[in-house]
Amino acid sequence: MGDAVIIVGAGQAGLTVAEALRADGWQDEIVIYGAEKHAPYHRPPLSKGYLLGDTPAAQLTIRGPDLFDKKRIEFCAGRPVRAIDPTSLRIELDDGSRRAYCSLVLATGSRPRELAVEGARLDRVVSLRTLEDSATIGTQLQKAENVVVIGGGFIGLEVAAAARKKGCSVIVLEAMDRLLARVASPAISDFFARLHSDHGARIIFNAKVSRLVGEAGVVRTVETADGQSFPADLVVVGVGAVANDELARHAGLACDRGVVVDDCSRSSDPSIFAAGDCTARRLADGALSRLESVQNAVEQAKSAAAALTGRERPFRAAPWFWSDQHGVKLQMAGSSANADQAALRGSLADKNFSLFYLRSGKLIGVDTINRPGDHMLARKLLDHGLSPTIEEVSDEHFDLKSLLATGVPA
Amino acid sequence: MTKITFIEPQGAKVEIDVINGWTLMQAATSHGVEGIEAECGGSCACATCHCYVEGEQATRLPAPSNDELEMLDNVAAERLPNSRLGCQIRVTPYLEGLVVRMPEAQS
Ligand SMILES: Cc1cc2nc3c(=O)[nH]c(=O)nc-3n(C[C@H](O)[C@H](O)[C@H](O)COP(=O)(O)OP(=O)(O)OC[C@H]3O[C@@H](n4cnc5c(N)ncnc54)[C@H](O)[C@@H]3O)c2cc1C
Ligand code: FES
Repeated sequence: MGDAVIIVGAGQAGLTVAEALRADGWQDEIVIYGAEKHAPYHRPPLSKGYLLGDTPAAQLTIRGPDLFDKKRIEFCAGRPVRAIDPTSLRIELDDGSRRAYCSLVLATGSRPRELAVEGARLDRVVSLRTLEDSATIGTQLQKAENVVVIGGGFIGLEVAAAARKKGCSVIVLEAMDRLLARVASPAISDFFARLHSDHGARIIFNAKVSRLVGEAGVVRTVETADGQSFPADLVVVGVGAVANDELARHAGLACDRGVVVDDCSRSSDPSIFAAGDCTARRLADGALSRLESVQNAVEQAKSAAAALTGRERPFRAAPWFWSDQHGVKLQMAGSSANADQAALRGSLADKNFSLFYLRSGKLIGVDTINRPGDHMLARKLLDHGLSPTIEEVSDEHFDLKSLLATGVPA
Repeated sequence: MTKITFIEPQGAKVEIDVINGWTLMQAATSHGVEGIEAECGGSCACATCHCYVEGEQATRLPAPSNDELEMLDNVAAERLPNSRLGCQIRVTPYLEGLVVRMPEAQS
């Protein structure tokens, strides 16, 4: 056998590694093992179009079967990898069979964090990660009257929006004092709290879920520590995700809430790379960054493929993300954490604005609402280290694109 | 089904019978057409499904939305008057024979 690259996990990251390897001229074997029975599919629609029934499952496939043949990629669906042995350079499959690799890429993704309270395993208490999860929630939404969403993060809020659209009564229980607290600025949190309230959802902040109570194994109520109780026919738990890094940990690779990689997707083992939700990326300043986004999966996958073919392609681009709720498109670039100044462009009332965040005068993040042009521009500004002033941002007549023309970092 | 011809960056032609209602992006990615990334899966958030629409049928396409226009400003390859985002165009029988050329680069 020649030099096989084995990829564990057939999601956005795993597939992109394979495609990028071929694009980079890799001639030898490429094998992808995926635990799921499906070809790689897009997860974002699972809480958006697919959940609402607007997008059929067939349209979620990232690449059709033709690609695997055309690119000579051996894709093994429904074959979870059970262990890796970095000493003998072998993986072990679910049936105990082994296969040798010359390089290994871990692209195992993440899974929903479980709610650590009594009753979390009752029927109709669900989380959302897979096509099947989304199909189940979609079916339940047809008949559920009272939906309780635990966790006001992106997935929880997107499900809340879908549930309202299906006519369910919706309560969002958020443990913090604002929505999206880990990822968004307070202004964006407030905007979304307003949006969901305007669409009829009830949001309860500082809600600590204490237990779920069921009847005949099916959830009936959600109780919070302050003694309140909320009726529920369906409980959707969206309290974050945990990296699937067990294979790496058992093999002795450095892990810290994810497989630790550098910005070329190299793990602590020279033959093993990792990309996507399963990683924690070491940044230049030593901090670890754990991102769960399509961009992160794609960029880390391309960096891994480059490293495997002997090139350096560090992933240093500003992170970006999007979310669709109630017809509003939020796009985030960079980060608003640690900002000491923010400037508004556009109109909150019209649901058409951008918030630019600066720290010591330097642009560090931009959140846009229904302004894809500003978002794309923000990514360029951030990647080039260019910063508008607060006045330039606030002045809609000032053409922010002109900053790119000067090209010199401020 | 509606016949659409995709031209890959290296010039190869791929004829596809597309299910009506599918987007050009979905048709291309599901058949392994080269020259498309479509990172965001059709959310109009990545601009990596850029394509050039050609032929008389192209005149029958609905005009791009504002969101699509803003994204088209940011495509990686050259933006031409016939640049579109493949994920924003749904195939209908009126488009029979449409030619869709894929650009050199998407990112
Ligand atoms: C509901 C939802 C909505 C989202 N919305 C957005 C959005 O709007 N924008 C955005 O940027 N991101 C969004 N994301 C995040 C984005 O989908 C993920 O970041 C991305 O899918 C990560 O890709 P991945 O390949 O790392 O992981 P995954 O797509 O999870 O793929 C990993 C695969 O590996 C498999 N696997 C795990 N262990 C093994 C094993 N031992 N052997 C074999 N296979 C294994 C898993 O079964 C899985 O199929 C969303 C995610 C979800 C769940
Ligand atoms: S697929 Fe992302 S914009 Fe079309």
